[in-house]
Amino acid sequence: MSVLVYAEHDNESLKIETNKLVHAALGVSSDIVVLVAGSGCATIAEAAAKISGVCKVILADSAVYEHQLPENIADLIVEVAADYSHVFAAATTTGKNFMPRVAALLDVAQISDIIKVESEDTFVRPIYAGNAIATVQSTEIKKIVTVRAASFDAAANEGSASVELLNTVKTSEKSSYVSAELTVSARPELTAADVIISGGRGMQNGENFVLLNGIADKLGAAIGASRAAVDAGFVPNDMQVGQTGKIVAPQLYIAVGISGAIQHLAGMKDSKVIVAINKDEEAPIFSVADYGLVGDLFDVLPQLEAAL
Amino acid sequence: MKILVPVKRAVDYNVKVRVKPDNSGVDLNNVKMAINPFCEIAIEEAIRLKEKGVATEVVVVSIGDKACQEQIRTGLALGADRGIHIETEAGVVIDSLQVAKLLQKVVEAEKPDLVILGKQAIDSDNNQTGQMLAALTGMPQGTFASAVVVADGFVDVTREIDGGLQTVKLQLPAVVTTDLRLNEPRYASLPNIMKAKRKPIDLKPVADFGVDMTSKVTVIKVEAPAQRVGGVKVADVAELVHKLKNEAKVIA
Repeated sequence: MSVLVYAEHDNESLKIETNKLVHAALGVSSDIVVLVAGSGCATIAEAAAKISGVCKVILADSAVYEHQLPENIADLIVEVAADYSHVFAAATTTGKNFMPRVAALLDVAQISDIIKVESEDTFVRPIYAGNAIATVQSTEIKKIVTVRAASFDAAANEGSASVELLNTVKTSEKSSYVSAELTVSARPELTAADVIISGGRGMQNGENFVLLNGIADKLGAAIGASRAAVDAGFVPNDMQVGQTGKIVAPQLYIAVGISGAIQHLAGMKDSKVIVAINKDEEAPIFSVADYGLVGDLFDVLPQLEAAL
Repeated sequence: MKILVPVKRAVDYNVKVRVKPDNSGVDLNNVKMAINPFCEIAIEEAIRLKEKGVATEVVVVSIGDKACQEQIRTGLALGADRGIHIETEAGVVIDSLQVAKLLQKVVEAEKPDLVILGKQAIDSDNNQTGQMLAALTGMPQGTFASAVVVADGFVDVTREIDGGLQTVKLQLPAVVTTDLRLNEPRYASLPNIMKAKRKPIDLKPVADFGVDMTSKVTVIKVEAPAQRVGGVKVADVAELVHKLKNEAKVIA
């Protein structure tokens, strides 16, 4: 058994998802190799080499991998994967994009979005938007697996593996990068934050989301939103927490003006502590909240900011 | 330009599914079924491209037992021109890879310029088929699309990614998978529903495709998720902050 873990990064820094992938991979084997593919990623490879449990880092550093185009990344992984029994990647929009390509090119089934490793061939994953939890066993010769990082602890950074350069360049003529509009924020990312404060339809408009800023600053929190708030045009879609947005599991999740539709709960119910602030005391969010505060968010938020 | 839209019959998104007492799966008896919401968005996008004069023909394909003809008819009522039904035995579960292999054969026969699929089905939540089809057919892919622009033999796809949006340019033929914000699907009008009954559906037994349908992935058990129990209501902000600091110990 040996696991190839695909490093999640943005060419600037290694993402905490990678540490969580390594932790998940340890459930399969202690022979773990991390593949870093990107452009100008030497420091990222060094960071990956420090993750506890990693035996070796392979660095494929080329401009063709800069934007993680799935045609290029999948071809690279297929070549590297020859030496491994498992390939793990994060179930992010990056991993979800290229991994099924890898599986199809290797002619094996993929196991998506696992939340637990039972053994080297058996994994647990949510289906029906988390309304059911399936335990599945794969007898494929290679296991191609995407991992819901929020469900795993992060491996520590106490290792010292070696970095090996790989000069394989895989590139497709059929696909090219045009542009990106990335949300620039000094706050932590939703999927990596220890504290998240999210607003829902109760925020009434996009401007009122500034009421969350001061609290987020004091708690070092990321700011999220429900699908209702996104659909109403208050905030961009990349802030969405839920079944169709990001799945998060922070230490503290504060839901403000969010009713608690099943689709939102699917994205945050694994948070350690949930706080709900809502003026409707019958709101379903209170049935999952550890601490509920019934009140008008426009009164409560300034008080909360002052109290922290 | 021809567009192929593969669609899946899935449990209606409003249904709260229940796990069977023997943990063999979820109970779908007498449960309302519908076209998977992401597939509906795919049909809508194809129809819009046809209305703009970009596409000339929209073909809807579905794989399943007789019942999935309902969803093909829905696609035809929304404006697709014809349907293909790859018929399987009732109750057979098919992996994404096998679906992609069957669709590969359809692509080889139909030679579409664009294949638009939903990014995932809301039952198995795999998010695999479009990418697998792209790999098998050697097509480039634009997944999780929030905008699709076709021009001069290329398609520009704006993708919903974790950090924001990314736009890629793909040479046709290409595969696109839809995200929620791509469009808002229309409702089929009654006259169009009636008209759809006369549109052709080509029936093909799955055995004709020569695809190995044995799965190497077995579901061992399906359980209900652990229920979270609600906690306490606090009286005011001071009590909330006190409890977060001293009881939950999640803030300093």
